[in-house]
Formats: sequence, structure tokens, C-alpha cells
Amino acid sequence: MSDITKQTLSDLIKNIKAKKLSSEEVTKDFIQRSEKSNKLNAYITEDFSNALQKAKMFDQKPNFNLKLPGIPIAVKDLFCTKDVMTTAGSKILNNFIPTYESTVTQNIWNEGGILLGKLNCDEFAMGSSNETSYFGNVQNPINENLVPGGSSGGSASAVCAQLTPITIGTDTGGSIRQPASFTGTVGLKPTYGSCSRYGIVAFASSLDQAGPMAQNVKDCALLQEIISTHDTKDSTSIDFKRSQYSQDLNKNIKGKKIGIPKEYRVDSMPKEIEDLWQKGIDYVKDCGAEIINISLPHTKYALPTYYIVAPAEASSNLARYDGVKYGFRAKGENLIDMYEKTRSEGFGAEVQRRIMIGTYVLSSGYYDAYYLKAQKVRKLIKNDFDEAYKKVDAILTPSTPSSAFKIGEKKDDPVSMYLNDIFTVPVNLAGLPGISIPAGHDSKGYPLGLQIIGKAFDEQNILNIAYAMEDKINFKNKISDWWIK
Amino acid sequence: MDQVSNNKLDYLISRKDNLYEIIIGLEVHAQVTSESKLFSSSATKFGAEPNTQVSLVDAAFPGMLPVINEFCIKQAIKTGIGLKAKINKRSIFDRKNYFYADLPQGYQISQFKDPIVGEGKVILDMPNGQKEVGIERLHLEQDAGKSIHDLDPQNTLVDLNRSGVALMEIVSKPDLRSPDEVSAYIKKLRSIMRYLGTCDGNMQEGSLRADVNVSVRIKGSKNLGTRCEIKNVNSIKFMQMAIEYEANRQVDLIEEGKSIDQETRLFDTKKNETRSMRSKEDAHDYRYFPDPDLLPLEVSEEFIDNIKKDIPELPDDKKRRFIDEFKLSPYEATILVSDIDTAKYFEEVVTKMGKNKDIKLAVNWITGELFAVLNSKNLEISQSPVSSKNFAILINLIKNGTISGKIAKTVFELMIEGDKDPQKIVEENGLKQQSDPKALEALIDKIINDNREKAVEYKQGKVKLFGFFVGQAMKASSGKANPQLINELLKKKL
Repeated sequence: MSDITKQTLSDLIKNIKAKKLSSEEVTKDFIQRSEKSNKLNAYITEDFSNALQKAKMFDQKPNFNLKLPGIPIAVKDLFCTKDVMTTAGSKILNNFIPTYESTVTQNIWNEGGILLGKLNCDEFAMGSSNETSYFGNVQNPINENLVPGGSSGGSASAVCAQLTPITIGTDTGGSIRQPASFTGTVGLKPTYGSCSRYGIVAFASSLDQAGPMAQNVKDCALLQEIISTHDTKDSTSIDFKRSQYSQDLNKNIKGKKIGIPKEYRVDSMPKEIEDLWQKGIDYVKDCGAEIINISLPHTKYALPTYYIVAPAEASSNLARYDGVKYGFRAKGENLIDMYEKTRSEGFGAEVQRRIMIGTYVLSSGYYDAYYLKAQKVRKLIKNDFDEAYKKVDAILTPSTPSSAFKIGEKKDDPVSMYLNDIFTVPVNLAGLPGISIPAGHDSKGYPLGLQIIGKAFDEQNILNIAYAMEDKINFKNKISDWWIK
Repeated sequence: MDQVSNNKLDYLISRKDNLYEIIIGLEVHAQVTSESKLFSSSATKFGAEPNTQVSLVDAAFPGMLPVINEFCIKQAIKTGIGLKAKINKRSIFDRKNYFYADLPQGYQISQFKDPIVGEGKVILDMPNGQKEVGIERLHLEQDAGKSIHDLDPQNTLVDLNRSGVALMEIVSKPDLRSPDEVSAYIKKLRSIMRYLGTCDGNMQEGSLRADVNVSVRIKGSKNLGTRCEIKNVNSIKFMQMAIEYEANRQVDLIEEGKSIDQETRLFDTKKNETRSMRSKEDAHDYRYFPDPDLLPLEVSEEFIDNIKKDIPELPDDKKRRFIDEFKLSPYEATILVSDIDTAKYFEEVVTKMGKNKDIKLAVNWITGELFAVLNSKNLEISQSPVSSKNFAILINLIKNGTISGKIAKTVFELMIEGDKDPQKIVEENGLKQQSDPKALEALIDKIINDNREKAVEYKQGKVKLFGFFVGQAMKASSGKANPQLINELLKKKL
């Protein structure tokens, strides 16, 4: 195998533009490597022959002005792709082929990207280990039987194993940043409203946000530049001036004020994480930034708030999967019986758990105590950040409270599983951008990530900080290709 | 001017020594007149082939998102202004969650706590005076699709053409007291919305339907009784029948010492009775919460002001003007303004009659002859076979004595076929009234001569015979003689 798949996105683009590589060559190599990597179970649907076809077409009439000239890209199976099965990792959509394309993926194809296939994820993006997928769990390329994180586990695994040069995921409570952290890759959750939600299978509408996942900050910035557009088909899409994230990327963060929130020093935080955080603080200081201790007093309420708001919205968003119009339908004696059987057989345990939680917290008599209260707390959490941003330009925290864990280790303990998102969830609740970058390894040699949280619409700033830190950290992922041998 | 009066024609139900009054409140669902749906660009035409006006949003495909149709917002605000209601600058769309085969999203997007329109009022013209009915609120919501249970022996079929169509739910206060008031209320609401062009009010096509809340109480009591809601009644007649049945059912229960259960009921139009659909205990828990796909709807003062500029003269104002300007009676004015097209027709006739006009005569002819023809042909006034222009000419021909009222009826009948100019009809058929005194004098002389015996009898006091002579004169002139002149001449000659 050639070293094409080892190249960064920027190198691939450079080589294609210089006609040193054709789109077909590049696509072929990623397909070959993907085919050899079945053991990772990163793909739900492969679209390889179409991809090759499109690559050949690109080479016949190449347009080098595009930002992703003939670059093959696999995407999370939560994005609806025209004529290609879209499952959201669920049995209930096992046979669903959209007739339409999500805005985010369309933006990628418009810039010359070519769909390789659809990547595995937790069912309806509900999970932190990719173990809730109807299509089986995904292996972390870092080590056998290690989870890649979730819900964008297939995406993280695919980028880490170089089955795709870059990818996109979605992040409702940490679903981009946590798997990025677990796989030693870069993942950005943009500001809520930055990327259109049109055509993305909804989990929790007020929290869901698509974002780029890549092997380095620059690739991540380029993809963000492409996927972030104002879209009138999504009423919550925001029309703000987007910068040219990759072109405006720079390492000069001198004088930037970086906040360190004391509330993120949670009990039982492993020493390795503490040390990593301290290392991160040293790196940004090295870059000439100033460290300021801050307080985000409502942090401890973020997780319970999230586990009311997200399931509430999910319980309603998932009502449409009723067996009537599309997707899986079980036979039933009558309408109600059909509903019950379809949804009992079509949804997995975690999805059912969250639908029940969500239905409960919205029920009359409980609404005020749970949903309404959670919305109020959510506002307080946002206010915390607003206060902090009066003093600082960005906030530095660990991405996760631990490194990747073993497959099956937390499967039967939902609360311990939910705790994975303790550092990422507040960012979604406040609608802010957050990026996870690989920052070191734990004693087992597993990657650990740091998170930089920005002001709303200030993606450029956190990308710059990440870019500067990346340079200092000089992280190298240890990939042995164990799944191929 | 008529005034809000104490109702002397109370609708009461009496049992033994007790008199009961009915308390009625309506939730009217009015389909917004709009080319496209509330949150999608699908068409809204009535009667299209099933499932031909359905977008991915209407069918709730994964990842589809609602985008508010600004025109529907304008229509709702317009209606709110027509109901003299408070327009809320900030309103919120909520999800009302329930499962049904014709509800693709598994929830209906509606407005729960913060509707777009707040309190308003509607004035009813009742035979014994005016009555004010309070409006509680008006909110926007999506319609559901249609389940069809009788086309297939095994399956229920679903037509989603209606799914997502914009509805205004107009909730009245419990101010209505009789089936007649309900009828007047619906008609008035419909009239206002037709004036505004915000709802066509077509009840056959389901553009206007209502949930009717009914309770009863001993007359004079201050407390409200337990109410029952009769769902989805789609004609005024059925509403009235349902209310009468339901009120009597409730009174009977009370008289038997039983209690009334708060419940939702259905009106069976074939059996003319209401029956229980679900009790309060079985009521859906709709789990309302703000739709996270939609931001709160905020409208500016300027936005509302621009809509206000578009508000036409509404029925109440028009009625007042007709009374002042044309000296119509309140009764006549009410009839003419109830439908915007009738009012328009009337005003056109008034204009086209020119200077020397007889408005009273025109009103009589519109509400008499014209309405009769429209009724018999089942036409709207906008489809009238006689144009306002020719109608005005006809009235003028009567007014200036060219033809008599009787001949006018003949002329009118001829006008119906192809909207002919009455002037030409009169000329072509020689129907012009004979008003030449000399010619008529000769005619009368001849009649008196021919009937000398009767003339003598008349002179001897048999005054009834006067009619006989008039009849003879009209007959001799084939109806064209000016009846007034005939009368005068006969009196003189006899």
C-alpha cells in the first residue's frame, strides 16, 4: 500500500492540484484501506463503486479551484445523503434511502468532495462509546477492544485509522469532541447555528450541531470553512459573518486571555488528566497567552440539565419513527399494536431509555419540576460563560475525564457512561464552540485530549489557539494497524 | 342606533320548576387562506389527488425542518386586527405531542402559552339588539392529514395533502347562550374573515369547523357547570343540533340528581345525538413544549402597522356607514354587509344609478328579486347573472317611470338570460310604460263606455268596483299603462 492515506488533507489537496495525484488514485487507496479495515466496523454503508466513478469523472474534468478537489470523504450516518442509505445507526431506519441531501454534506460535494460511505455511530447519536449502534460497536484503532467514543465513533475511528482524510460528525453533548479525544484526533463542535441542521437526523434540536473531525487543526479549519453556511431551510441557522477559517488560521495567540474554570477540577479526576491540563496551561503560556482563573459556578448542574433537555427533545423528535411512512414496520393487530411493536423492535435499549426519560419530564405534573427547571438552569449555565467571557477570550479544560475505555466496560452503567460528557455538555447547553485536540497519552499509551471553549461565533479564535498549541504539543498518534495484520 | 340590550328572548330549558341556561364557548378552526402551508411550500388547493401536495417536511422525513410562512403570520395578525384583538409581538410555537397515523411528525406544531393574538371581541346583531362576544385568543397551528377508513377493507389509508396546512384556532369566551347566538357568531366571524381575505369560511370543504363547549346552569346562578366539548362540528346546523341535544342531556342528568362528567364528545349527525369519545381521565397528555426547531416569533410595531394599512372597511363600520350615508334601516344594513360581495354589489349599484337614485328601491330589489334568483340557482352574488350596471339601469327605469314595478319583474326575468341591458329589453319588447295622459284618457273613456252598468253601480257606492276598472285598463294596455295615472284618471272620470 502506498502512503497516500497517510497524507494530511492539505497535502492531498496540494498533490491533486499539482497533478501529482489523481482523484482516482487517492480514492482507490482510501477504498482499499477501508476494505482491509472491516474489523474496525467503522462503516455502516460503503459507497465505494460510486466514489470511484465520481473520482474518474473529476479527473476527466478537474476543477482545481474547488476547496476539496476530488477528495474522498466518509461521513457520519446521521447525515441524509441522496440515494444512499441513511440509518442513524438504528434498525428503525435500516432500509431508509433519502431522496435529499443534508446542507452540510451538500456543501462538501459542492467543493469537490466525494462520498466514500456512511460511518457508524451510536443509535440516533445517543451514546458515548458507539456501543448502542444497531450495526455493532466500532473498534478504536488505538487498541483492540477499546471504544472509539461516541456518538461519532465511526467517524473518529475512520479518521484515526486513515480510512478517510477528514470527516464530519455531530455533537449534541460531546459526540465530536469525546471520540476525537479517545482517538487522538481533532474535533470541532461549532457554535449552535453555525452549521445547518437541515437533513441531519435530529436527536436534540436545540443542542445538535455538525462539525469537522480531522487529523490536525488546519484540516479541521478548512472543513469548518466549507460546512458552515447560513441556511434558510433551518430556522435556527444564524446569519453571521463567517471567517475563512483555514486562510485566517495563525499561531499568534500572544496576549490572549485563557480561562481555567475551577469547577472542572471534579472529584475523582485521574491524576493523568490533572497533569495533562497543567501541561496544556504551560503550552498556552509558552505561546504568550495569559492564564486567568475563572469560575463557572453552575457546572455541576450541567449534566443533569442535559439529561432532561436532550431526552425531552429526543422523545418528540423520534415520534416520527412510527412505522407508518418509512423505515422499519412491525406487523400489528391494530394501529396502537403496530406502533408498540415497531418502536419496541426498532429502537435499541438506550434510545428507549431516553424516550422514556424525555416523555416523563414533559408530562403534565412533572413539566415544571423537570423541563422548565432545566431550561432555567440552562440559562444560568449560559450566564456563567457570559460572565467569564468578560474576563477571558477562551477557556481551556480537559476534553474527557478519562481516556478510552474497554468495549463493554460501561455498557450496563448508564450513569457512569453519561459522566463521560461532563466537560463537553456545558458547551452544548450554552451553544458555544468547542474544539478537542490531542494533547498527550496516558500511562496505557491511549490519547488524551484538551478542550478549548470559545465565545459564540469565535471559532477562528479557538482554532488559532488550537493551532498554536498543536505546534507545541507535537502529538503523534501511535497506530499499529493491528486490525489489518 | 341599536344598543346592547338585555336579552328578552332568552333561550332557556325548563324542567319542572327549574329554568336552565346554556353556556357555550367555541374553538373555531379556520383554515388560513394561503397558497402554501404554514411551515412548507406545498400547495393547499382543496380537492387535489391524495398525497400530491406533500413535501418532505409535511411527511416528517428525517432531518426535515419547519420554516415559518410569513404570509400566514400576516393573515393571523390581520384576523386579530379584525377581531379588535391584542396582537402579541412575541409568540411561541409549541409541539403538541400525540401519535396518530395522519400526524406524520408525531406532534402538531401549535401555540400553547404564548399565542400570536390575545383578547378581542365580536359584535353580534341579534333580533333583540347587539351582543358582544369575547375572544380569548387566536393562535396558529398545523392541520393534520386525513385518515380514510372506508376505502379498503383491511387498511386505513392516509392522505397528507392537508398535513401542515395553516389553521387559526379562534377561542371565544363562554359568552354564547343559545344555538341562534352560535349561528350568528359563526356567521359574523366568517364574514369578518371573508372581508379580510384570511379564511374563505367554506364549511363544506372543512375550511371552518368548530369544537363546541357546552355547559348548563340554573338561570341566575353565578357558577359555571361542568362542560363537555363536542369535537369537530362542521356546519352551523349541526352545531345548533348538537348544542340542543347536549344541553338537554346535561339538564336531564342534573334533574336526575346525577353529575356531569367532563369529557370530549362526538356529534352523530345521523342519530342527532352526542356520545362520549373520551373522559377527562383518558385525556391525552400532549406534553407541550416550545418547538426547538423554531425561534420565538417576534414581530415589530412597523410590521403590524403595515398590515393595519391593508385592513379594509369591516362589516360593523360598513353597516354604520350604510345607515348614515344611505339612510338604511339597521336591519337592511345588516343584511347587505353580512357578505362582502353583497355589500360590494350594493355599492356598485348605488354608484351606477347616478344622481337621481332611489336607494330604498334598490335595496328592496336586491334583497327581494335578486336574492330569490340567486337562491333558486344556488349562486353567490359574485356569480350574479345580472351585473350591477344593468341592475342599476333597471332600478332607474322603475324610478323614472319608464316601466312599472310589475313590468320590471318581466324585464328582470329576461335580464337573467345573458345579462341583457334592460333598456334594450324594454324597447325591443315594447314594454315602455304608457304615461301619455291623452292616450290613457281615451282608453279609460272606452272602458267606462263599455261597462256603463258597472260605472253606475260604482257611483251608487260599490267602491270595490274601482279595482275592476283598473284591471280592465291594465289589460287593455297589456300592462304598460302607468298605474298611478290610471288611478288618477279613473277617479276623475268615474
